[in-house]
Amino acid sequence: MSLELKGIEKKIGEETHIYSTDLKFEKNTINVLLGSTLAGKTTLMQIMAGLDKPTKGEIWFNDQNVTGVKVQKRNVSMVYQQFINYPNFTVKQNIASPLKITGIDNQEIDQRVSKVADLLKLTPMLDKKPNELSGGQQQRTALARALVKDSDLILLDEPLANLDFKLREELREELPKLFKDRDCIVVYATTEPSDALLIGGYTATLLEGKVIQHGKTLEVYNKPNNLDSAKVFSDPPMNIANINKKGEICSLLADNVTWKTNLNLRDGNYKVGIRPHNITTYKEGKNSIEISGKVLISELSGSESMIHFTNGDLNWVSLSEGIHQKDVGEETKLFMNSDEFLYFDNNDRLVGNV
Amino acid sequence: MNKTVNQKAWFFVIPVFVLVAFNAIIPLMTVVNYAFQETFGNNQFMWEGTRWFKQILVSERFHAALGRQVLFTLIILVIQIPLGIFIALNMPKEGIGVPICLVLMSMPLLIPWNVVGAMWNIFALPDIGFLGHSLNAMGFDYNFTQQSGDAWFTTILMDVWHWTSLVVLLSYAGLRSIQPAYYQAAEIDGATRWAVFRHIELPKMKKVLTIAILLRFMDSFMIYTEPFVLTGGGPGNATAFLSIDLVKMALGQFDLGPAAAMSLIYFFIVLTVCWVFYNLMMRNESKS
Repeated sequence: MSLELKGIEKKIGEETHIYSTDLKFEKNTINVLLGSTLAGKTTLMQIMAGLDKPTKGEIWFNDQNVTGVKVQKRNVSMVYQQFINYPNFTVKQNIASPLKITGIDNQEIDQRVSKVADLLKLTPMLDKKPNELSGGQQQRTALARALVKDSDLILLDEPLANLDFKLREELREELPKLFKDRDCIVVYATTEPSDALLIGGYTATLLEGKVIQHGKTLEVYNKPNNLDSAKVFSDPPMNIANINKKGEICSLLADNVTWKTNLNLRDGNYKVGIRPHNITTYKEGKNSIEISGKVLISELSGSESMIHFTNGDLNWVSLSEGIHQKDVGEETKLFMNSDEFLYFDNNDRLVGNV
Repeated sequence: MNKTVNQKAWFFVIPVFVLVAFNAIIPLMTVVNYAFQETFGNNQFMWEGTRWFKQILVSERFHAALGRQVLFTLIILVIQIPLGIFIALNMPKEGIGVPICLVLMSMPLLIPWNVVGAMWNIFALPDIGFLGHSLNAMGFDYNFTQQSGDAWFTTILMDVWHWTSLVVLLSYAGLRSIQPAYYQAAEIDGATRWAVFRHIELPKMKKVLTIAILLRFMDSFMIYTEPFVLTGGGPGNATAFLSIDLVKMALGQFDLGPAAAMSLIYFFIVLTVCWVFYNLMMRNESKS
């Protein structure tokens, strides 16, 4: 079983929503589509589902061309950002709704519904209507509707975006377990890099209607093949600084911070991408580099401190564990872990990471 | 924190109170005043107690007018609500058709009520009116000024023309607020068109439909201007709905006492029905 997009393109009028895209998703995998709003995640999913037709290109499922085959004939489930349930059905009827049309006998429907309800902790709410439930429970119901039929393809379009923080954390941890041991392909669209890391599997990074990179989630994260992919897969945003390399010495162009590298690169100017959590108030890693800056904002959240500071003409973001109170305007010292630097050339392609 | 008592806020209520007093409370109390007394010339009044109320409640004339009124309102609701929903479902959802349809739909609502009556009066005249003449040319014996069936037909047609748009606009607004994802989910489930209507569109339109039914009930139950201009309540008393009958009694016969009692009963009926209906709908809302 596999889902393959071959040269998919989507234009609405003169506007291109999806540029020529090739993607292949294998059986029993979870695939994350990661990109900001309007990156084309939803459009791509609707094309995969058969809810929308591509302007160009073909969709193959199980080595069959299914381009233009309607969604009803494709055995697809979809969960949306909004909690989509039938408003006048009870939770039980809602979960059963995708099965009703298939002609499965009622006894089996009941069996399957109670199994899925159990899995999603909905059993006590089976006789309630969706608007009597909390947002989290409503989305669980929608998930149950998607899981109850044995779909070949389950599409989740930012399913956690409308939930509050706690419910989101809770459901996010359950999601990978729900799809384990299922004979299907799961596609999960999200704007949050942390979702992708937690869910694992494979990730495709999207930017403005283009798939930039597709591969195993950790590989995409650790080795973004270009700057855009790295930016998409970094939250808070990645720090990008221009550097000069001469011999084994690298230096920031805007400041006199220098460090040694053993990268085998030609001398010249490069860009370095530094994730916020690799700039900290304490030393980390063997090759820690000191950088000084003037504090712009310092945000404390639970067990983390995010410090925005300026150095040279750049605004930097750092993310340290623990509570580190800094005053606005304070001159401060921070440490960059140069082991985690990503080096890009002038065409924004990744040329090296240590 | 210490809260200090400050009653000055009541001053802000005074303008509203004065306004409501002039447009509702004082006129209503005048009517109440008339309803319990016999009125003679020179502003002489005699206490009559509940006599007028008893008289109205058993009067055949009131029963007949109420019967006509209830029948009219029922027919109006049965035609306009489904028709309005049907038109709303078939209206375009995007493109140039949307503003065109919306403007077309709003037109009847913008025409003054007496103009609507006059328009339809001329339109339906059997000799020179387009509708009346055409119907007669087609072989129907149509004359709304003489045959009560025709008068009813014309009045209902006029009201449908005038007010269905309101139901359409409300339903359309309700439909447009349904997120496209609902339709997609239904498509994935393989739901039929009817199931989409029954299980998505109708429940999602419930609130606006409640408003539509309430408004259409109130307006049609209190209808006066259009039938007054169109038929004047005739032929005979065939289209003399409650308000037309009331005006006849009050200003035609100058029976101020019974007319005042009748208006209070009339007012009470409208209020009760609206209250019961609203509460029923809202209770269902909180239950489901």
